[in-house]
Amino acid sequence: MSNANEQMAARYKNNFLKEIEEQAEMGEWVKMCMQCGVCSGSCPTNFHPGWDHPPQEIFMMIRAGKREEVLTSNSMWMCTSCYNCYVRCPRKLPITHIMHGIAEYAYRLGLAPKMQPTLHLSQTFWNNCTKTGRVNEVKLTQSLYFKDGFMAGIKKGLEMKDVALGLVKAKRLNIFEALGGGHKCKDIKGIQAMLAKAKELEAKRKAAKAVA
Amino acid sequence: MAEKKHAAYICSGCGLGERLDIAALEAVAKKEGKMQVVKTHPFLCSAEGVAMIRADIDDEGVTHAALCACSRRAKTEAFNFPTTAISRGNLREGVIWVRPDTEEARETTQEMAEDYVRMACAEVKAMTQPAGNPNTGTNKTLLVVGGGMSGMTSALEASKAGYKVVLVEKTGALGGWAAKLYKRTPTREPFKAPEDNGVADLVAQIEADANIKVYLNSTIAKTAGAPGRFKVDIAMESGPTVTEDIGAIVQATGFNLYDANRLPHLGYGKTPHVVDQAGLEALAKAANGGVIKRADGKEVKSVVFVQCAGQRDPSGEHLPYCSGYCCNTSIKQAMYFKDANPDVDTVVLFTDLRTPGNGEDFYRSAQNKGVIFSKGVVSEVVPNGDACTVRFHDLILDDKDARIEADLVVLATGVVPNSGVNIDAVAAPAAEAAGSEEGAEAPAPVVEEKPISILNLTYRQGPDIPQFKWGFTDSHFICFPYETRRTAIYTAGPVRRPMDIAQAQEDATGAAMKAIQAMENAGLGKAAHPRAGDLSFPTARLEGCTQCKRCTVECPFGAIDEDEKRFPLFNESRCRRCGTCMGACPVRVISFENYSVNTVGAQIKAVNIPDEFSEKPRILILACENDAYPALDMAAMNRNEYSAFVRAIPVRCLGSVNTIWITDALNSGYDGVMLMGCKHGEEYQCHFVKGSELGRYRLSKVGDTLKNMNLETERVFDLEVAITDIDTLPRKINDYAAKIQEIGMSPFKGF
Amino acid sequence: MARKEYAFYPGCSSQKGASASNYLTSVESMCKTLDIKITEIPDWNCCGASISYAESGELPRHVMNARNFALAESNLPGQDIVATCAACWLGARESKERLEHNSALMADTQEALKEAGLSIKAIPEIKHMVEVLIEDLGYDELKKPVKKPLDGMKFAGYVGCQTNRPFGIHGESFENPVYLDKLIETVGGEAVPYDQKVTCCGGALAFSEPDKAQAQIKDIIESAYDNGAEMLVTPCPLCQANTEVYQGQINKKYGTKFNMPVLYYSQLMVLAYGGTAKEAGLDGNVIRARKLEAFAAK
Repeated sequence: MSNANEQMAARYKNNFLKEIEEQAEMGEWVKMCMQCGVCSGSCPTNFHPGWDHPPQEIFMMIRAGKREEVLTSNSMWMCTSCYNCYVRCPRKLPITHIMHGIAEYAYRLGLAPKMQPTLHLSQTFWNNCTKTGRVNEVKLTQSLYFKDGFMAGIKKGLEMKDVALGLVKAKRLNIFEALGGGHKCKDIKGIQAMLAKAKELEAKRKAAKAVA
Repeated sequence: MAEKKHAAYICSGCGLGERLDIAALEAVAKKEGKMQVVKTHPFLCSAEGVAMIRADIDDEGVTHAALCACSRRAKTEAFNFPTTAISRGNLREGVIWVRPDTEEARETTQEMAEDYVRMACAEVKAMTQPAGNPNTGTNKTLLVVGGGMSGMTSALEASKAGYKVVLVEKTGALGGWAAKLYKRTPTREPFKAPEDNGVADLVAQIEADANIKVYLNSTIAKTAGAPGRFKVDIAMESGPTVTEDIGAIVQATGFNLYDANRLPHLGYGKTPHVVDQAGLEALAKAANGGVIKRADGKEVKSVVFVQCAGQRDPSGEHLPYCSGYCCNTSIKQAMYFKDANPDVDTVVLFTDLRTPGNGEDFYRSAQNKGVIFSKGVVSEVVPNGDACTVRFHDLILDDKDARIEADLVVLATGVVPNSGVNIDAVAAPAAEAAGSEEGAEAPAPVVEEKPISILNLTYRQGPDIPQFKWGFTDSHFICFPYETRRTAIYTAGPVRRPMDIAQAQEDATGAAMKAIQAMENAGLGKAAHPRAGDLSFPTARLEGCTQCKRCTVECPFGAIDEDEKRFPLFNESRCRRCGTCMGACPVRVISFENYSVNTVGAQIKAVNIPDEFSEKPRILILACENDAYPALDMAAMNRNEYSAFVRAIPVRCLGSVNTIWITDALNSGYDGVMLMGCKHGEEYQCHFVKGSELGRYRLSKVGDTLKNMNLETERVFDLEVAITDIDTLPRKINDYAAKIQEIGMSPFKGF
Repeated sequence: MARKEYAFYPGCSSQKGASASNYLTSVESMCKTLDIKITEIPDWNCCGASISYAESGELPRHVMNARNFALAESNLPGQDIVATCAACWLGARESKERLEHNSALMADTQEALKEAGLSIKAIPEIKHMVEVLIEDLGYDELKKPVKKPLDGMKFAGYVGCQTNRPFGIHGESFENPVYLDKLIETVGGEAVPYDQKVTCCGGALAFSEPDKAQAQIKDIIESAYDNGAEMLVTPCPLCQANTEVYQGQINKKYGTKFNMPVLYYSQLMVLAYGGTAKEAGLDGNVIRARKLEAFAAK
């Protein structure tokens, strides 16, 4: 268990619901779920199964105090951000954001599944886009392919060869971006400073809640 | 009495003149109908047309008028001649609106119209205009039985409307269940927090109200008489029995909680830390807003609410139905804890959270306050040291072995109505015994658990209001919620169906208004719902009566007692004028002045029956005036066409159909008879509750008659019709007409 | 002066050589015809998209969008922001909504923006290009420049998720939005009814969970074929890419023979307005829309 995790577990003792309410983005909504299951029935991953627990269950598990099970779950990471649950929820819970919030919290505590591909994508995407202010699609693709190591990356690259070639031919994938070219913002320094400040403020705000 | 003078008025408006040969109709009325006056008007319901009739009544001495125009359900305000017997020949909705305007159809359409003219003339000749009996009782004091929220509300509402009230309460104080509540669920915006229970305010209003006389510690020893002239004996716990003169009654006797001792698996009785909702209210009252403590004085730090404890039980062991309020109550009780100390763990275990009224807002408010709601079925509550363990099946996580520890467990146990004696359960075996041979041992009557009568009615049918499902008092479950089968006695509140305080108060107001209406009608000799205002009344030719008691037994309203000589004794103001007695009478001695075996029989006989070779069958329709006949009218308004071979006669209820009409019809050559009545049974639609059921039972025996006549059983067809069957009914008529043509013409024609 | 002016937020995918560069080409041509002036927000940055949630946290995500608001506000005062990408539009609107309803979050955001020498006074309105078309101009105006209606061509309007939920286009239902069908009809095409109009294509999970995403994409394409569509039309770059570029892999996996071109609404409009294949960015389609290329050449 990570240090952050131990601290939070100790701070909130048995009240996992409160922990989620204070530490996860939109977590304060979890208690308002009325267990109708519309979210579960609306999720596209329900039809091409990818989860252990639909949102309805995750919320119930939070209330039942199943901390470990929730935070290590693969389920939140299956969200495609399609917002179907969000617009259908009769209680108007922002379910998409709650699921993201719980996932983010699990990651922050170091409990998210290791090598979770969507988590990896999230990390890669954010680092990619904040490095220069804009996404470098070639580098993004490269780092995604090579997440499982060099050989796996080559294999995946071969599998995806046709896809990439098609895009190159249609002038929608500029391989020169890989060489450090590509689009970028002018004020990269300003962006970096701004984001560092934002991270600092957010950490401070969450820590303040935990000691309150 | 003045001499009778019969007149027929034929309207040629609304397209009747274009579609029908009016001169031929006039001739029919004159020659066959034997009407002394026959007039046609191009717009009979106009002021001018009405004035023409009025003048004939006033100046020419017309006493009976057959209005051959539109349906009897149309233009009732225009054709209102209170002292004249009126029949209606339904040429518009009954004929031209259901027939195609084609050359081929002209002949059969005209025949249809001529028959309706014949029928209207025949009917009116057999009628007498009822004068009504204003001497049936004029008392206008309302008796309210039960001093809870419902009873107090009924009393206050009646008083506000200017009526005297006698309020009888069994216990020593007003308030009923509500008085035991620390607070009640909210009634006002924003529906977020429990409210004062409201009892003190109502009690103060009653005490200050000079119109309301309260009897505490009292019960009803005897209720005799009829609407407008009830004599009610009130027995006081200490003191004499007092007799009050009463016009109408509201029974608001409420409910009891289902006995939690029947739920040992949920820990009740095994540990004092399991209570029912009433038990929790007592603890909350003692705490009075402070931290809630258990019976042993320990502060409650965790509490679990078990919903549906002994209710909504499919096994048949416990109550099958929902209390209608206890989800909201558990939400409220959980808030008692959260409001006093937000750190108390409060969990509500439910299967379906039902929050009527504005309970959804209340539910959300509880969630906001941190009350945890879990979907689960509790299997067991076991004492566990100083606490309890609640074992349940978590329905969301499908964890069959989920557990919660709690200092206190509250069971939501459901309601049992205080509805008195189940007179059907008592009467059924008794009737069987009466039918069995002399000397045979009568089976012990099955008596419900609450054998103590509430009203102690002296009616032959039994001492209390008939019950419907699960021991709740009967009331027309869709349309007329307060109407019981005892005229001018209304039930209100949870004795009628499960409900919460807000619903009960609304119910109580409605019942008080209905009771006032019933008292006023009784004083004028008028019927109560559903034939409100009807002045006709059944009488029996006793010299023909065989004392078979069918009328007294079958009357759905307990209107007919037996006198010392065992003849029927009609209590006019109890009667709803459904005619079930008339339908039941095997010797046909019961009749109304304007509705009798003869008024309908004359219409049946008036129809012209073409001979066997005409290929024009005749089908008699006897249609309930409450649902089937309006459905036929509305089908006509939509121009839904149907067969020209049918002749429809409205009846007050299927229960009023005397089998003689059917045998007469078949004997005189009708090819088929369609009976159209309301749905009966558990989801009955009959305005007279039991009328259609009794009628159908009676008519089920008609098969023997058909066999004796050597006729096919299909020649009599019983059809269940709802008022909404506007599109399907014409189809069913046509299907039946086709079937009759398939079977072939009746061999009884021309005899 | 143009009849409408907007601060344009093209987003990362709609840059030259990026995955939705043909979207940009067609939008520029379409706006020219409609006399709409779009001026790129100077030095705009990435919105963070939905997928960055785990690494970004909440405030940094909003700060990224806030920087664009501040830049638009100071450089293009009085102009609404218009985005062509569904995710950019959604991300920006979400940040606007949260910042406007949470003063603490707004204060933190301002503090962070100060590090880049920026600040926000009032966040401009944020519109998707579709809103500009149907709300600011209206279908009648869009119809006026039509020179070559796309007669007899059958399109499945694939609305997808993020222009539809959670905000959606005003007045449309989440379950069956009709604006895209109306746009297709405005330019003379036929919008076929089919039941996967708002099904998710898998979004970013096409990268991380390709099997699941491709299963979803298969449902969409299959339904479009089954209902007689010749082409798919979409308002979203990620929907476009996902439903187009994986058809080959889906064919390998499921033995299907998908080869359905996927167009942007803007491409159809340019063609109906008489534009060339190049102006419509047809050369940017991986699955070539041969029928439209022939139509453009006529």
